[in-house]
Formats: sequence, C-alpha cells, structure tokens
Amino acid sequence: MLKRNKKTKKGFWHDAWYRLRKNKSAMFALFILGLLVICAIFADYIAPYPYSLQDYNHTFEFPSRKHLLGTDNFGRDILSRIIHGSRISLLVGFSSITTAIIFGGLLGAVSGFYGGKVDNALMRAMDILMAIPGMLLAISLAAALKPGLTNLVIAIAIADIPGYARVVRAAVLTIKEQEYIEASQCIGASDGRIIFKHILPNCLAPIIVQATLGMAGAILSASALSFLGLGIQPPTPEWGSMLSSARQYIRSYWHMTAFPGLAIMITIFALNILGDGLRDALDPRLKN
Amino acid sequence: MDNVIEIKDLSIQYATDEGIVKAVNHLNLQLARGETLGLVGETGAGKTTTALGIMGLIPDPPGVITGGEILFEGTDLLKLSKQRLRAIRGNKISMIFQDPMTSLNPVVTVGDQIAESIRIHEKLSRAEAALKAKDMLELVGIPGDRYGEYPHQFSGGMKQRVIIAIALSCNPEVILADEPTTALDVTIQAQVLDLISKLKKEKNTSMILITHDLGVVVEICDKVAIMYAGEIVEYGSLEQIYDQTAHPYTKGLFGSIPDIEAKTSRLKPIPGLMPDPSNLPEGCSFEPRCERSCQLCKEENPPLIEIGNGHFVKCHNYGKVGEGEDV
Amino acid sequence: MIRYIGKRLLMMVPVLLGVIVIVFTIMYLTPGDPARMMLGAGAPASAVEELRETLGLNDSYFVQLLRYIKNVVFRFDLGQSYASNKPVINEILERFPKTILLATLSVTISVIVGISMGIISATKQYSIFDKIATSIALLGVSMPTFWAGLMAVIIFSVHLRWLPASGSYGWEYWILPSLTLGLSSSATIMRMTRSSLLEVIRQDYIRTARAKGQNERVVIIYHALKNAMIPVITVIGMRFGALLGGSVLIESVFAISGLGKFIIDSISMRDNPVVQGGVLLLALSFSICNLLVDILYGFLDPRIKSQYSISRKRGWRRNAQAQ
Repeated sequence: MLKRNKKTKKGFWHDAWYRLRKNKSAMFALFILGLLVICAIFADYIAPYPYSLQDYNHTFEFPSRKHLLGTDNFGRDILSRIIHGSRISLLVGFSSITTAIIFGGLLGAVSGFYGGKVDNALMRAMDILMAIPGMLLAISLAAALKPGLTNLVIAIAIADIPGYARVVRAAVLTIKEQEYIEASQCIGASDGRIIFKHILPNCLAPIIVQATLGMAGAILSASALSFLGLGIQPPTPEWGSMLSSARQYIRSYWHMTAFPGLAIMITIFALNILGDGLRDALDPRLKN
Repeated sequence: MDNVIEIKDLSIQYATDEGIVKAVNHLNLQLARGETLGLVGETGAGKTTTALGIMGLIPDPPGVITGGEILFEGTDLLKLSKQRLRAIRGNKISMIFQDPMTSLNPVVTVGDQIAESIRIHEKLSRAEAALKAKDMLELVGIPGDRYGEYPHQFSGGMKQRVIIAIALSCNPEVILADEPTTALDVTIQAQVLDLISKLKKEKNTSMILITHDLGVVVEICDKVAIMYAGEIVEYGSLEQIYDQTAHPYTKGLFGSIPDIEAKTSRLKPIPGLMPDPSNLPEGCSFEPRCERSCQLCKEENPPLIEIGNGHFVKCHNYGKVGEGEDV
Repeated sequence: MIRYIGKRLLMMVPVLLGVIVIVFTIMYLTPGDPARMMLGAGAPASAVEELRETLGLNDSYFVQLLRYIKNVVFRFDLGQSYASNKPVINEILERFPKTILLATLSVTISVIVGISMGIISATKQYSIFDKIATSIALLGVSMPTFWAGLMAVIIFSVHLRWLPASGSYGWEYWILPSLTLGLSSSATIMRMTRSSLLEVIRQDYIRTARAKGQNERVVIIYHALKNAMIPVITVIGMRFGALLGGSVLIESVFAISGLGKFIIDSISMRDNPVVQGGVLLLALSFSICNLLVDILYGFLDPRIKSQYSISRKRGWRRNAQAQ
C-alpha cells in the first residue's frame, strides 16, 4: 500500500514537472530567479564595484558606461548595490516564508487533524491575527523588535502565519477524509506519524504554490518595512532602504529611485509567474 | 407528412489537445410535425452534440460545424444570423437539459427564470410575463406562489419541472429533451416523463427525445433513430426497430437489456468499447465490435439504405445470409 | 438577515478584544522609555521616574493591560498622546477622514477598473486585449505600491508638472495617491474577476440562458456576473484591508497627514498610545468592512441568505408535500 502510494506520488511530481516545463513563461520566470540566486551567491564576483566603495568625485551620476545604473549620493555604484541587495531580499523572503510555513503549517495541521476545541481555539486566534491588516501587523511588530535582519524576518513571518495555517488546515481536512488515513489509523499508527508521514506530504502541492506567491509578498513587505526605516538600515544595501535614501533626491535624480524598485518588481514578477505556473502544473483542473 | 426538422449531412467536430474529435459525422435525420423521435445511443455517441447543433449552442471554440444543413420549417438554421437564430431559440425550438441540478441559475428566482424566457420572445410587460410564468409553474405541477423561490429550495424533480416550464413557456414547435430523466430518482423519472408526453400531446409539439434507455423509448416515441459514433445506424418507426431489428448494434442494445420473461439466463452485452472519436476506423465504425464483420466492412463505410417503408439501416450485411436470426 | 448581522456583530467582539490584547502587548514589548522620550535626554532621573509613576508605566503588564481594556471598552478612552498630551481618540479621529477618503477613492477606482477589465478579458479570452490586460495586471500585482507612487511623482509631478507631489490641500492632491493605490489593487480584482467569470461561463445554467434565446450581453451581465461576483467580493474586502495597510505607505510617500502617516511618525517617537489606538481603529474598520462583505454575500447568494431565514424550512415542507 505504502509502496504503491509512493509510486503514484512520484508520477504526480513527474507529471507536474512535465507540465511546468511546457509552460514557457514559468520556465522564463525560473530562469530569472536562477539568475537572481546566482547574483546573490556570487555577488562579490559579479558586482563591478564593492558595494560600499564611496567616490566623492562621482556622486549622483546618471547611468553611463562606467556606472551602468549610475551612482548614489555617496558616489556608490547602484548596480553593485542592487546585486548585493538581492542577497538580503532573497534571504528575507526565503527565511520568513520558511518560518511562517513551519509554524503556520504545524498549527494548521494540528487544528485540522484534531478538530473540535483545539481547532476552534487555534482558528479564533488566527482570526484575531487576521483582523489586523497584514502590513500594519508587520509594521507594529517591526517597531516593537529592534531593526535588523532577524527581527525583520520574524515580523514578516508572524504576519504570514495565519494564511498558511488556513491553507494547511483546509488541505488536512480534505485529506483526513481519505481512506488511507483511516487505514493507517487501523494499523495503529500514532497521530504524529500520521501527520508527518501521510498528511503533511500530501499538503505539499498547495503549500508550494502558496509559498511561491507568499515569497513574493514577503519580499514586498520587507522592502516596504525597510523603506519606512523599520527594517534593514542603511548603509546595508537593501532595495527598500535604497529607495528610502533615494527619496530625498527624487526631484533631481530619478535613477536612484527607478532601479532598485525595478529590481523588486522583476523579482516579484518572476515569483508570481512561477507561482501561477506551479498552480496550473500541480492542479491541472484549476486551469482556465 | 411535413418535416419540422430535417438534418442533412451534418458534421460536427471538436478541436482538442489530443486531436480532432469527430462527434457527428454526415448525419441525416427527419422529424415530422407532432411526432416524437427517440435518439438512442451510448454515452459519447454524439446525441447531445446533435441537439446542441440544432440549437446553435455548440461551444465554439472548440466545436465547429464542418458541414451540412439543419432545416427548420424549410430554412437552414446554420445560415441564419445570430439575431434571427436567437429569435427561434427558446421560442420555436427549445431544449430540456440533462442535469436539473446545474441547469438553473442559483441566484435568480425560478419564476424570473421562466419569465425571462417569455419576455425575450413575447412583447409583454414585466407583470404580464410574471403572471404567465406563474401559469407555467402551475402547468408543470408547482404551486404558483413559489415563483419567488430560488433553485436551491427545490428538489431535483421539481427543478426539472421548472426547466420543462422554461422550455415550454413560448409554446415551441420542437422540444429537444436531452436525457431529461437520467439525473432523477426512478419514481420521479416516471412522473416527469408523463408530464412531458402529456404537455406535448396537448400542444401538438414535435420532440426529439435523447436517451440511452430503450424502455423510455417504447413508452413515448413514434420513431427511433439509433446513433453510434456520430452516425445514424438504424432509423425507423418504433415497431420496425423493435420487431424488425436490422442492425447488429441495435440487436446488441436489445441483447443488453434484462428481460424478465426471457428464458435465457445471461445477458448478451456488446463486446468492446465505442471507437475513439478522434481516431475513427476507416470502414464501418461498428466493425471492430461486430460479430458479422467482413472484409468490405473494414474497407468501406456502408451507406444508409432504405429496407422497408421508412426503415433505414447502415450495414453492408443486411439481407445477406443469416438474416432474421433471433437476438 | 437581521439575526445574521447581529450574530456577526457579536462574533466581532471577542476578535476585537483579542486585537486589543495583541496590539497592547506588541507596544508593551517595544523597547525605549516613553517617559525619557517625553522629557528629553537631559532631564533628571527623578523627574523621569515621577512621570513613569504618573503614566502608570511602573505597574505590572496585567494591571496595565486591564486598565487599557477597561478604558477602551467602557469609555472609548485610548489614553493620552505622549507627544501632544491630547487624548489619542481626538488625535486619530482628526486624521482618520483623510485615510478613509483615500481608501474609498482607491477602492472605487480599483473596483471600476478591475471588474470592467476582468469582464472584457474573460469574454474575449485569448484575444490580444486579454493577453495585454492579463500581462499588465500581473505587472501591477508585482509592483511595490510605494515605488509606483514614487515613480508617479517623478513622472507626473517632477517631469510633466501636471500634479502636486505631496500634501493634501485640494482635490488635485488626491489624484496621484488614489490612482496609484487604486490601479495597483485593481490588478488583483481584475485577475479574480476574469478567472471567476471564466469559471461561471462554463456552467450549465449559462447554456440554459443562451438556450432561451437571450442575447449574449444580458447572459453575461444578468446571469454570469452575479454568480461570478461572489468570490470577487471576498477579494475586494481583502483588498480593503490591504489598502488600509498600504495607505500607511502611500500617505508617507505623498505626505498626506492621515492616520497611516500618523502611526508611522508616532512609532519613531515611541508614542505608544497613538500607535495602539491607530492600529486598533484600522483593525476595527477592516472588521466592519469584512462584515459588510458578508452581508453583501447574503444579497448576492440566496443560498447563504436562506440559512438565516424561515423560508427555507417552508420550502422543504412544500417539497415533501409535492412529492
């Protein structure tokens, strides 16, 4: 039974990957994300200048051959700072979503699996968190915690937990009704074993889709918080905080504002397309 | 007898990812005034597609009518403008759908859904249409004061009555009933069938009844057309089809019905499945399942030939040795 | 229906109490001494201590929490602003209309643009318009709103000089912020409308409507849209929450002295009562908006409405009789 289940599952992922590969825009998005990851890992080698190198003879330069995207108020190369900034954005996006999925997923799984009072209590708690608009909750949390990378991740993750808890709970409720869960209960498997071995792996498809789209949201929130001065602080190169410092020069030097924002947009655009593609690939019935 | 509907050489295809599906192939069919024609066949034989073709409701894309004519009182429906066609649809020709659960709009009251149909085709005020819709409800056996209720407040059988009321609201010349009782409980099936045939007789309407249930056909049909893989394989009066069964497929259909009085202890199901409509055989489409297939059947698709007064069959082997053998 | 609304209002009470607890706790944990902040770095320690005592900051967490809840619930008293020494409730209500105006303008724009584009896209699926509109919508979803605001300032204020870049002194000041917020959230609504309508158009009851001979425009507007709107309404409600959050950023970008900007400014001044009160008010508006969405559901979908009225029972009994 278990073996056969595994076999069909492999087939499922195989099919999904096949469908995804046929989706040109999703593959393009994957390519862009791959480039971004490479940028983030090898930033030191790819960036034309060190990100903190100040050159007071060449401040506020518009894009030129020497500085492809121009320089900022300290004469730092904007392209290099954007390349380095990809590190923080991807890191914040990835780790906050992972944190949110772990906690939200666990809460949702427990809630859906046990039902009854546990479910009721947990879901009312999630309702309370969801009653505060997400951005506002993240802002308050970021304000309460000291500014910095870890706290930024925590603030965004907490604001995202209720969403994942709901997705996983819904998935668990559907899967719980399936007969193989009943079968493993019959052979005396423990609750923990059923949750981790059977239920969570089967929730993977909706979680993956939600996580891809959620990572886009997390990167947006991170840049917004940094823009408000509640996240990553200058001089660390981060897209949102670059925009924050560019603001005062908005009247004269558009390039300082335009390019970091464009970097955010491209990243999120790619994640959104990939998320849509994954949804179509993982659940072909939903496709229009 | 004058024909209300005459279908000539109709072909309908669907373009899908897996290739072109030939749902209806060179179909010929006549429906005389006042007559009830049973269109019988397995799921996927192209019955519903034919009906939707007459209504001009083939979903496009992916469906395309690739050839033929559908004459309604002498005019070709396929050549009419969308506007002229809309004036006929629901007014002169109307359709009763298969699944009453999904065929009514859940957010509009049943009364309004009937009145809508009336107001499209008759110049009536809102109030007059509502009054007439109430009459229609009463006609199909639903109290008129349930006009303002929503579909979810009705049972399946009641919903099907509402759909019948919609279809009959403009006194159509022709009703296309697409398996009107398949989705209902057996006891309700009989009620709904009785209702349909009673109303049909009262208004002298012609009807095409699509079904896969030969028992239903015996009860209310005058003529029968047996459909297989998008083609008519046998056509004739009820008596001709039942007593002088000519096509091997029709025989197979009868062989698949349990008969309480028969002495045989086993049913004789037709072996195999209907051919893939995107990959039809070159010869006769029934050949792969036919116990009497011959070389000619493999090579050439037989024409529909008349073998008796209005009795047609599409088989190379008709009249050859072995004819008249019992089913 | 009235019973339903009453029930929903009752359900809001524990949620809002929970929100108060969460917001209070977050602010309680925020580092920094408000008393020190108010008196300045040069003030003597004894004066700071005295102020802490007056403000009740030396009490335990629970004492402070209970006092806060008591004041909010029974007296609508959100405390005094540390910065201005005025009641917080007056301070935030003074700024709230601007936030509401911005949110309402943006929601209106996003609903009009989003739904109409969604309808055109769905009815002309795979056409060039559909392809362009869906791509633009995807770009819109991906654009950080505050950046879109900054770019709008660069293009329309700095370079074209068409519209003012910041402040809120007349109608022309609202154009850029509400268009930025509205258009960016219209993208989400457009995507939802499109996919929901495409789903509905495939339903059997749409075929029934066409079979009546109804013309295509009425089929879409009368039959399909009402059904398709049900999930779209949910998204609009959620967008309203996002707009309240997003208005914080947009108000900062365009220097509109609304509630959002007030909250951000108060965070940097450690003016905890203002932040608490502000977040609470926004959460309350969000909850009310969700309630309105639920009521709207009832009007759109008779299946929901009848769960709360007696006609359903009557219907059942009748059905039983008829059969």
